[in-house]
Amino acid sequence: MEQQQLIPHLFRTEYRKITAVLCRLFGIEHIEIAEDLASETFLSALETWTYKGIPGNPTAWLYTVAKNKASNYFHRHSTFTEHILSRLKYTSPATEEINIDLSDQNITDSQLQMLFAICSPVISPSAQTALALRILCGFGIDEIAAAFLTNKETINKRLQRAKEKLRIEKVAIEFPGAHQLAQRLETVLTTLYLLFNEGYYSASKDAVIRNELCLEAMRLTLLLVENESTNLPAVNALYALMCFQASRFEARKSESGELILYADQNETLWDYELISKGGYFLHRASTGNDLTKYHLEASIAYWHTIKTDTIEKWENILQLFNQLLQINYSPIAALNRTYALSRARSKAEAIKEAEKLVLPGNHFYFVLLGELYTGIDNAKAKANYEAALRLAKTQTDKQAIENKIEHLKGA
Amino acid sequence: MDEFLLIMRHQDGSKIASPEQMQIWMKQTMDWIGGIAAQNKFVSGTGLPFDDARVVHSTRMVTDGPFGEIKETIGGFMTVKADSVEEAVEFAKGCPVLQGEGNTVEVRKVAKRDGVH
Repeated sequence: MEQQQLIPHLFRTEYRKITAVLCRLFGIEHIEIAEDLASETFLSALETWTYKGIPGNPTAWLYTVAKNKASNYFHRHSTFTEHILSRLKYTSPATEEINIDLSDQNITDSQLQMLFAICSPVISPSAQTALALRILCGFGIDEIAAAFLTNKETINKRLQRAKEKLRIEKVAIEFPGAHQLAQRLETVLTTLYLLFNEGYYSASKDAVIRNELCLEAMRLTLLLVENESTNLPAVNALYALMCFQASRFEARKSESGELILYADQNETLWDYELISKGGYFLHRASTGNDLTKYHLEASIAYWHTIKTDTIEKWENILQLFNQLLQINYSPIAALNRTYALSRARSKAEAIKEAEKLVLPGNHFYFVLLGELYTGIDNAKAKANYEAALRLAKTQTDKQAIENKIEHLKGA
Repeated sequence: MDEFLLIMRHQDGSKIASPEQMQIWMKQTMDWIGGIAAQNKFVSGTGLPFDDARVVHSTRMVTDGPFGEIKETIGGFMTVKADSVEEAVEFAKGCPVLQGEGNTVEVRKVAKRDGVH
């Protein structure tokens, strides 16, 4: 790999590891020092490798430089040293040399503990996802801004406030105790779920960043699956859900980057390896008595990997949505349940149920009504699609609705 | 918004339904609950199986099940959110239990813990 490609590649994979290890060593209140030292390490690589060429083992080189920079930092900042060195976790008292452990095991442990620290309920879910992208995924500020459809200043402020809050609340970087694990894990899973959805449903035009978000959410979830004490049914169910959804990455975007709706997708583009992986993890999730929303959503996603429409398929999807809505209501689940009802039973029955829903500001609601009235009362279908068009915000959504109105004329 | 308890009463709990019939009722019940949950009006609820049922009398005597001198029995209950008792009644009207002659759904407002009720 050429240097121009190698450094960004290593930045993506190694920056987060160095940051996690250093931050765990220093404590969350010094998260910015950890970030700075990791950034400086890459700056050194850029300067040195340009003149001296790429070292034989670039990763080892980065780790050595990171360790040296951290040691130098301690020596240069006596106050920091006095206050922090005494509290460091792995200080050997004889030498007062800090031991910066960049072994695979410690990197994994540090990342897991940072994951729990960042997904702390003291900061908002949107701050958690932004911070996770920065610290655990090594995303640039501009990439995070693109993912959230906002500007760099907003993201910078959000990150600053989140770090400040973690510092004030003295959030510990540690693995939660057994009695706390379930509760803390719930927040972590919610953040990973949001991170994945941010990528999967984002209106961001940048398809590369969208996919990266999903893959990073999957990587972090896999860390939990591979760790003995967090390898729990809900975690496996979430990973299964992500596998099923990710299997449609290629099929859901056209060459021009437009979103292709499920019904119009070419299923030969689905990733069947990911689908079978999803099946494997859903099977692993099927133990214990805890039926979580991830189990139900993964099961719904599983049925969507079967393209052939049968009454059985839609009946199963309907029953899964019936259960999902009882434990976790969301407008989109209510709409999808009604759609499933139309496929499992009849449009007439679904229209009756749809009219009971009160979602006046939701353009998907009117898209659904348009869909249900198509072939039954095309004038009503058109009126609903037009209502949807007035509420739709993104160009992608508007285009999809206009296509449906166009289709209605031909029918 | 208030919470209402819908209490499903069966006229004769000793009637045994076939597994096929049970499955149809189950599906209908799930659809009924799903429809309420889709309106974000479902709070909680459960069915009450007839096995392991006991009645404790004022004499502390314990008898099996509520099926004996009292035939009517509770098959399940559900708490819903509703703006009025009329809305709660509309939910109750969809209950599949009402397909059985003599069965009823009792609608009761849940007391608020506001010190008044």
